[in-house]
Amino acid sequence: MSTTTQAPKALRGVGNWIDDRFHLAKTGEKNLRKVFPNHWSFMLGEIALYSFIILLVTGVFLTLWFNPSMAHTTYEGSYQRLNGVQMSEAYESTLRIDFDVRGGFLVRQIHHWAALIFVASLVAHMLRVFFTGAFRKPREINWLIGVGIFTLAMLEGLFGYSLPDDLPSGMGVRILQGVMLSLPVVGTYVSMFLFGGEFPGEDIIPRLYMLHILLIPGILLALIAAHFMILWHQKHTQYPGTGRSEKKVVGTPMFPGFAVKAGGFFFFVFAVIVGLSAFVQINPIHLFGPFTPTAITSGLQPDWYMGFMEGSLRIFPNWLDFQVFGYAVPIGVLVPGLVIPGIIFGGLAAWPFLEQWITGDKRVHNVADRPRNAPVRTAVGVAGVVFYGILWLAGANDILSHTFSISLYWTTYFFRVTAIVGPIIGFIVAKRICLGLQRRDLETLEHGYESGTIQQLPSGEFIEVHKESSQDTVHVLESKTAVDRIDDEAIASVEESESDGVEAPAARGLKGRLRAKLAHWYTKDNVSFEGVEAHTGHHLHHGAGHEEHEEMAGSH
Amino acid sequence: MTDKSKNNDNGASDGSADRVIGTPSPAEGTAIVAGSDDPGAEHPGAYPPEETHAHSEEQQRRAEKTASMWFLIAFLAGIGFFVAYFAFPPNGEGEPAIADPQIGQYSNMALGGTLALALFGIGAGMTVWARWIMPHYEVSTPYDDLSSSSEEKGSFGDFFMRSADESGFTKRPLLRRTLLLSMVPLGLAPIVLLRDTGPLPGDKLKHTLWEDGLRMVVEGTNKPIKEADLAEDGAMITAFPLVEGEGGEHGGEAQHLSLNDQAKTVVLLIKIPEGDFKPGMTEQQMNWTHNGIVAYSKICTHVGCPAALYERGSHRILCPCHQSTFDAADGAKVVFGPAHRPLPQLPIGVDDEGYLIAKGDFSEAVGPTFWDAEKGD
Repeated sequence: MSTTTQAPKALRGVGNWIDDRFHLAKTGEKNLRKVFPNHWSFMLGEIALYSFIILLVTGVFLTLWFNPSMAHTTYEGSYQRLNGVQMSEAYESTLRIDFDVRGGFLVRQIHHWAALIFVASLVAHMLRVFFTGAFRKPREINWLIGVGIFTLAMLEGLFGYSLPDDLPSGMGVRILQGVMLSLPVVGTYVSMFLFGGEFPGEDIIPRLYMLHILLIPGILLALIAAHFMILWHQKHTQYPGTGRSEKKVVGTPMFPGFAVKAGGFFFFVFAVIVGLSAFVQINPIHLFGPFTPTAITSGLQPDWYMGFMEGSLRIFPNWLDFQVFGYAVPIGVLVPGLVIPGIIFGGLAAWPFLEQWITGDKRVHNVADRPRNAPVRTAVGVAGVVFYGILWLAGANDILSHTFSISLYWTTYFFRVTAIVGPIIGFIVAKRICLGLQRRDLETLEHGYESGTIQQLPSGEFIEVHKESSQDTVHVLESKTAVDRIDDEAIASVEESESDGVEAPAARGLKGRLRAKLAHWYTKDNVSFEGVEAHTGHHLHHGAGHEEHEEMAGSH
Repeated sequence: MTDKSKNNDNGASDGSADRVIGTPSPAEGTAIVAGSDDPGAEHPGAYPPEETHAHSEEQQRRAEKTASMWFLIAFLAGIGFFVAYFAFPPNGEGEPAIADPQIGQYSNMALGGTLALALFGIGAGMTVWARWIMPHYEVSTPYDDLSSSSEEKGSFGDFFMRSADESGFTKRPLLRRTLLLSMVPLGLAPIVLLRDTGPLPGDKLKHTLWEDGLRMVVEGTNKPIKEADLAEDGAMITAFPLVEGEGGEHGGEAQHLSLNDQAKTVVLLIKIPEGDFKPGMTEQQMNWTHNGIVAYSKICTHVGCPAALYERGSHRILCPCHQSTFDAADGAKVVFGPAHRPLPQLPIGVDDEGYLIAKGDFSEAVGPTFWDAEKGD
C-alpha cells in the first residue's frame, strides 16, 4: 500500500534535467534529511538571518531613489516645512523617498528597524553560543566568522545611519572623524584620505554609500554563507537530554519539518519588523533637519548598537591625555573610541582559544554546556555583559539625568565607578549562582526532587518526600563533566609547586606557570560530580519516600 | 495545549521529556494509518514511525481549517495592501497626498498594517501546519567524525609534498624567491593607489579663514555684528567671518560659507560682565577680548561636536554630545568631561565703524585634538 503522491511530471522533468548534469539525487536526499535540534535559543540566529534578507531587499528598493551626493541644493519639494532650506542632495533625495514615493517611508522604516533587530539578534545569538560553550572545538572558526559578522554589522549600521545626511547622522560622522584624528602620527592622514580633505568635504557620503551598499554587504553575504556552510557540514550543537550525545544529534529533519517551521518563523520576523515600521516611528529625518557642522540639539542618541561607544566616550576622563615632545596623545578619545571596542571584539575572538589553552580541552564538543557547569566562563561572560551594559547606559546619561532629575555630572561619576566595579560584582555573583545551582543539581541527582508531600514518621517527625527525577532530568544533570575536562597535568603542577616548591616540568617558565594558575582558577570551585550515581544518596529525609519509590517501581 | 502536556508524572523534567526517542508517546497510538498491523513496515512517511509522532486525523482536519483561515486572512490583507497603495496618491494627483506628513503617516500605517497582517497570517498558517498537521519528528543522525584518519592524513601529506617536489617549487630556491619577490610590489600597489583619495594634511587643520580685520556675521542671517549687539551681559551669538562677494570691502553681499569653512570658523561670541573674568586668564587672553566680549571656537576639542549650550550664570559652555564643559570666564578651560584642550580663543576688536572684527586667527588648532595640534608651525 502506498499513499505517496507521484511528483508532477514537470517537476520530475526539471529534477532529472538537473541531476543529469550535477549528479545530485544522493546528496540531495542526504541534505533534505539533515537534522536540526530544537530549542528556542536556536532561533536567535535565524532572526539575524531573516532580518539580513529583509535588509538586502529593502536596501535595493531604497537605492532606486537615494542620491548619495553632498552637492548643495535648496529644497523645493513636497515637504512644505523645509522649503527654501539649504541641504545636500543626499538629504533631499531621502525626503523624496519619504514624501513622494508611495511606500518609501515604510520601506525606509523597515530598513532601519531591520538593522536594529539584525544587530540585536546577532548579539543575543552570540551570547547564547558563548554561554553554552557552543564555540568549542570543532566550531571555533564559525565563532570567528560570527565575530567578524558582528563587527561588520555595526560598521554597516553606522555607515547606513550616516547616509541621509540629517543632523544626527552628520554628527555621527563628525564623532567618527574626531576619533580618527586621535590616532597618533597617522590620524590626520587617515581622516584626510577618507574624507577627501577636511571635514565634512564632499566625498564622504559617496564613499560611505559604496561601503554600505557594495563592499560591506558583499563581505557580510560571503561570511554568512560560510557560516551556514560550516554549520551545515558540522551539524548543529544540541542540549543534553536522553538520546542526545556527542555522537548523535536529535531533532527535526530539514524536509519537511524544519523547512516549514523556519519558513513560518521568517514570516513572523518579517511581520514584526513591518508592524514596528508601520506604527513605531524610527529616525524621522524630516524632523531633524539637514546636517550643518555648527548646529546640534541636546538629547541626541545614536542607534542602540553604537550606544556603548558613545557611553565610553562620555565617561572616559581626560586625566590620562599626554604629550610626547609636544605631540598630543589624546588618551581620552583614543581609549574609549578605539581601544575599548578593540578589547571587546578582540576578547570575543580570542576567548575560544584562550579557554582551550587554559583548560587543555582539545576534545570535540557537540553537546552544549549548561552555563552553570562552566562557572568561570559564565562569570566572565556576565562581567562582559555588565561592562557593555554600563557603557551603553552611560551613552544615555543626559537622558537619565533629565528623566530622573539627577545631576548630569553625578551620572558620569556613577558610571565611571560602576564601569569598573560592576563587572567585578557581576563576575562574583554569577559565579556564586552557578556554583549554587551545581550544588542543587548534585542534590537532585543524588536524592531526587522535593515532591511537596509531607509525611509523618512513626516517631512523630515530619519529613518531605523526595521522588526520583525523570530519566531526562537525570540525563541532563549527568551531562556535567566540568572537572575532568581540565588537563590533569596542569592542575598537578600547581599543587606540586605550592606544596614542596619543586616545579613540574610542564610548569617551568612563566607561560607554564601562568597557565597552571589559570587552570586552577578556572576549575577550583567546581562541584565535583565524579562517581555520583543517580538516586543513590542516603538522605535523612529519604526513609519513607524510599519505600514509595520501590512501590512505584513495582507497579510499572 | 502543546505536546508538553503529555509529560511523565514525575514532573521534574523541563518538558523535553516528550522528545524521548523510542519511548511510547500518547500520540503514537494514533500515528499510523489505519489498516495496518505492522506500522513499521507499512508506515507511509519519509521517516521511521518510531521517530515521527503523528497527530490524529481529527486534529489534522481541525488544524487544516485554522491554517487555511490564516492564509485567507493573509490573502485579504495582501489585497488591502494594494488598496492602501492606491488610496494615498503622491503629490500632484490630488488629495489626500502623502506629501502632507499627517497623511503620509496614515498611508504608512495602512501600507505597513496590511503588509504586517499578510506576513503574520502566512507565518501563523505555516506554524499551525508545522505543529498540528505534520508529525512531530524526533529524528536522530550521527555527528560525523570530522578529523580524518592518520592514514588519510599521511597519504595526503605525502602526496602533497611529492607533488611539490615534482613541481620544483621546493627544490629550486631561485625560482621560489624571485616569484615571491615579484609579488611584493603588486601587493603594495593597492595601498599606493589610495594616495589620491585626499590631500596631505600639511598644516591645513591649524589655520582657518579668520584674519586680522575680518568682520563677523550672525550665523543664519549673515547680518554683520556690532559691539552694541552684545551690550547685554550674558548675551551670546554664534558667528561666522564675513566673506564678501562682488563689491568687496564691506560693500558686497555676505557669501555663504562652505560647510568646511563653517566647521572651522564658527565662534561663540559671549558678553561677560567685566569683573567676572577669572584671574586665571592671561594678559594676552584678556587682550584678545573686547569690552567683556570674548570669542571661542564653537567646535569642541574632544571629537568635534558644536559646544552649543551656554549657561550665563556660571559662564559655562557645554557640549551636548559628551558633556565636555568649558569655563568661558577662564579662557574656556575644561572644567568637566572628556575634552582636554580649552576651546581656542579668537582675538577680537572693533573697526572704526563699530563692527566687531577678528584681530587674527585662532590661538590654537580648532576641533578635535590631533597628533600635532599643539605643535607650532
